[in-house]
Amino acid sequence: MRRNVLPGLRLSLGVTLFYVGLIVVLPLAALAFKAASLGPADYWRIVSSDRALASYQVTVLSAFGATLFNLFFGLALAWVLTRYSFPGKRLVDAMVDLPFALPTAVAGIALTALFSANGWFGSILEPLGIRVAYTPIGIMIAMCFTSLPFIVRTVQPVLEDLDPALEEAAQSLGGSDWTIFRKVILPLLTPALLAGVSLSFARSLGEFGAIIFIAGNQPMSTEITALLIFIRLEEYDYQAAAAIASVLLITAFVMLGVTNWLQARALRYTARG
Amino acid sequence: MRRLNTHRKPPRVGDQPLFRRLLIGIVLVLVALIIVAPLVIIGVEASAKGWAVYRDTIIHPDTRHAIMLTVLAALVAVPVNTAFGIAAAWAITKFDFWGKRFLLVLIEIPFSVSPIVAGVAYLFVYGLQGIFGPTLDAWDIKILFAIPGIILASMFVTAPFVARELIPLMQAQGRDLEEAATSLGASGWRTFFSVTLPNVKWALLYGVILCNARVMGEFGAVSVVSGNIRGQTNTLPLHIELLYHDYQATGAFASASILATIAVLTIIAKVALERQGAGRVRPQAKPAESNS
Amino acid sequence: MKIRLDHVVKTFETFRAVRDVSLEIESGELVALLGPSGSGKTTILRMVAGLEYSDGGHIYFGDQDATDIPVRDRGVGFVFQHYALFPHMTVAQNIAFGMKVSKVKREKAAIDARVTDLLRLVRLEGLGDRFPAQISGGQRQRVALARALAVDPKVLLLDEPFGALDANVRRDLRRWLREIHSELGITTLFVTHDQEEALDLADRVVILKDGQIVQQGTPEEVCRDPQSAFVMKFLGDANVIAAEVRDGKAYASGAAIEVAGLADGKAELYARPADLDWSLQGPGIPASITRVLDRPDGRRVLATAETGEHLEFDVEPERVVKAGDGGFVTLRRAKVFAV
Repeated sequence: MRRNVLPGLRLSLGVTLFYVGLIVVLPLAALAFKAASLGPADYWRIVSSDRALASYQVTVLSAFGATLFNLFFGLALAWVLTRYSFPGKRLVDAMVDLPFALPTAVAGIALTALFSANGWFGSILEPLGIRVAYTPIGIMIAMCFTSLPFIVRTVQPVLEDLDPALEEAAQSLGGSDWTIFRKVILPLLTPALLAGVSLSFARSLGEFGAIIFIAGNQPMSTEITALLIFIRLEEYDYQAAAAIASVLLITAFVMLGVTNWLQARALRYTARG
Repeated sequence: MRRLNTHRKPPRVGDQPLFRRLLIGIVLVLVALIIVAPLVIIGVEASAKGWAVYRDTIIHPDTRHAIMLTVLAALVAVPVNTAFGIAAAWAITKFDFWGKRFLLVLIEIPFSVSPIVAGVAYLFVYGLQGIFGPTLDAWDIKILFAIPGIILASMFVTAPFVARELIPLMQAQGRDLEEAATSLGASGWRTFFSVTLPNVKWALLYGVILCNARVMGEFGAVSVVSGNIRGQTNTLPLHIELLYHDYQATGAFASASILATIAVLTIIAKVALERQGAGRVRPQAKPAESNS
Repeated sequence: MKIRLDHVVKTFETFRAVRDVSLEIESGELVALLGPSGSGKTTILRMVAGLEYSDGGHIYFGDQDATDIPVRDRGVGFVFQHYALFPHMTVAQNIAFGMKVSKVKREKAAIDARVTDLLRLVRLEGLGDRFPAQISGGQRQRVALARALAVDPKVLLLDEPFGALDANVRRDLRRWLREIHSELGITTLFVTHDQEEALDLADRVVILKDGQIVQQGTPEEVCRDPQSAFVMKFLGDANVIAAEVRDGKAYASGAAIEVAGLADGKAELYARPADLDWSLQGPGIPASITRVLDRPDGRRVLATAETGEHLEFDVEPERVVKAGDGGFVTLRRAKVFAV
């Protein structure tokens, strides 16, 4: 047995393992156990029911759309915040964190108020034939809002640390701005962008509070998976809730694996010292 | 910071005035539409029917009870998670043991799991259909659809907040300071309180504040385990939903304005702490173990 | 306090950092542990301190077996490579820390007086209120030393004490550390990879390689009588010339030197640049000069032997040599090791 020089391993590790076990592992294990107790046939029937499949479809497609939008917007935002100076920049930088700080339910009712037919944005968009509230576009906008900071905050530090000499070298070799961006800067940002994208996508898949107010929640069209779980619970169909929740849980683990892998890759460029 | 005087320097990539102005313009418009507008509309809607209605909503017993419950949840969950975060950071950064990377992943899991899934998971531990449910029921202990359930679910969703701020910082600081204190004869607690803690206090506070914001704002997980009993198990976010679906939009926005204020205060505190250096330590390559 | 290491072993994962090291340090001695990185010198120092525990063997402080005494009770003063000064405490608070946490309670006035004494000893009077970030590297080094001395350690341990400093600061501090050591007479062990530092400062130098002691002795002993090719090369520049030993003499293309107690056969001849000289007549190693480097204290000559070996040696500043000259490299003295 290796002895340690600093004191407190037993106490600190004991507290950590007990807490993680009780708060994190036990509930997730209970959920997995419940889902597994269904048996393969029942499990498959529940998770592949038409309504469940429709919910996956709307959730994944909306998350995809929201993440794609945030990829461009997040990159532009990170770029503007690191490369340019303009009045109010620090304020904008601080505001980027608002979607993390603002409770999802609050964001949900605020977005609904903005995009409903008589809201500030809805009243402009609706005459143009664009309905946002109570449609998949609404889901997408809610997801955009809640997951925006991920991409900004993963790309920003990499952009800040980018050695200006790399660009100068590329300029001295005669590259145009667009070429330098594509061939030098973007490849260096790619791991961070991908890490941000996977975080953003994972968050969107699990989002609940911000979406249910604006989504309309119609089965087969605007019902996200998280809501379907909630509805099954209200119907006291616990087994179905467990099964569908396990699908989200497995997806979360896969996304966690992908994110960790991408972040490890992203670190190859930023690792210093 | 080398971006100060761009006039005297050759332009960097993307510095052409037209492109720069266009990009800044687009980004500012989108920030205004996507981030600022939701914040503004909360204030507008909350005050739509005047100060008296706003005040009546806030001092309504149900709202007051929801505020109390939210504060209570934060008062329990935040200190417990802080203690856990400190213990986890100490264990992980001051010692080497088998399975450390796995433990790090376990701690981060709550960030990846949908709050609804978290709520459902707790149902299967403490609910009637859960593993402890029947026993708890026999002893007449209520955890689900009661305050303990709300606190437990809040603890789950915010478990990583403090640990996540402390671990990278303490990793980067290494073990030299603690070893120095110990070699001078200091005890473990003494070392922690007079050497470790003063050097991580801003990061700790940063984690605590973010943890608090999330506990107070948590909706999904809490809505599964609370049972939504008005005036009993409604936290402020749940109260907002209830009012909103009751067509009391002004009331909902008035309650929301409290949480929005907390969010804005959180961001101000965050910026202030970042100036002290908190939240800026990024994971970096571990310095090679010196065993020469 | 006399320190004795008895067959000490340390393994990290699968890496054997220290293999069976036995060493005695006399009371009041100043000893350097010298070796390349990975030689186990820092691990030995940390084991003496109690910052690592050995996997085998014993460490004695005087007659007491200190192997299992934890660092906080071991009574050592440790100066960390990067000083490990507490950044949130002033210089004076750093120095006072050990006295404040001590089980032996002291009056505040006594602690303050001791801090003032130590500040004077390390020549930092008046800097007690500064924070570590507000003083220079050399000053930090001295604060770290004062902090370690404040607890009246039985032994002073320094890990690469001057490693992070500029060359000229380093030289001053070296002389100063020697003075402090003479003044206090405390048993001192320090680690370095810089042979000049070890030789300038220590009473005795312990040279390590791959977790084992390869030679120990006074600076004079290790310099004049290196026992292996490794020590010869590690202590300074050396020319390596292929040689052949026959009947107590080593022959290297035209040059020959007496060697005692070496069996006949192939060998390598090691000579410092100052051990070689240049002459226009033999006997010697036939060579031609390729380049002459002028330096403040002499001339360094680079030559190529007829056998193709590159040789370097020093001549006095007045000597007339130039690239292209042909002649002979002669041996003043050399060490021969069998291969």
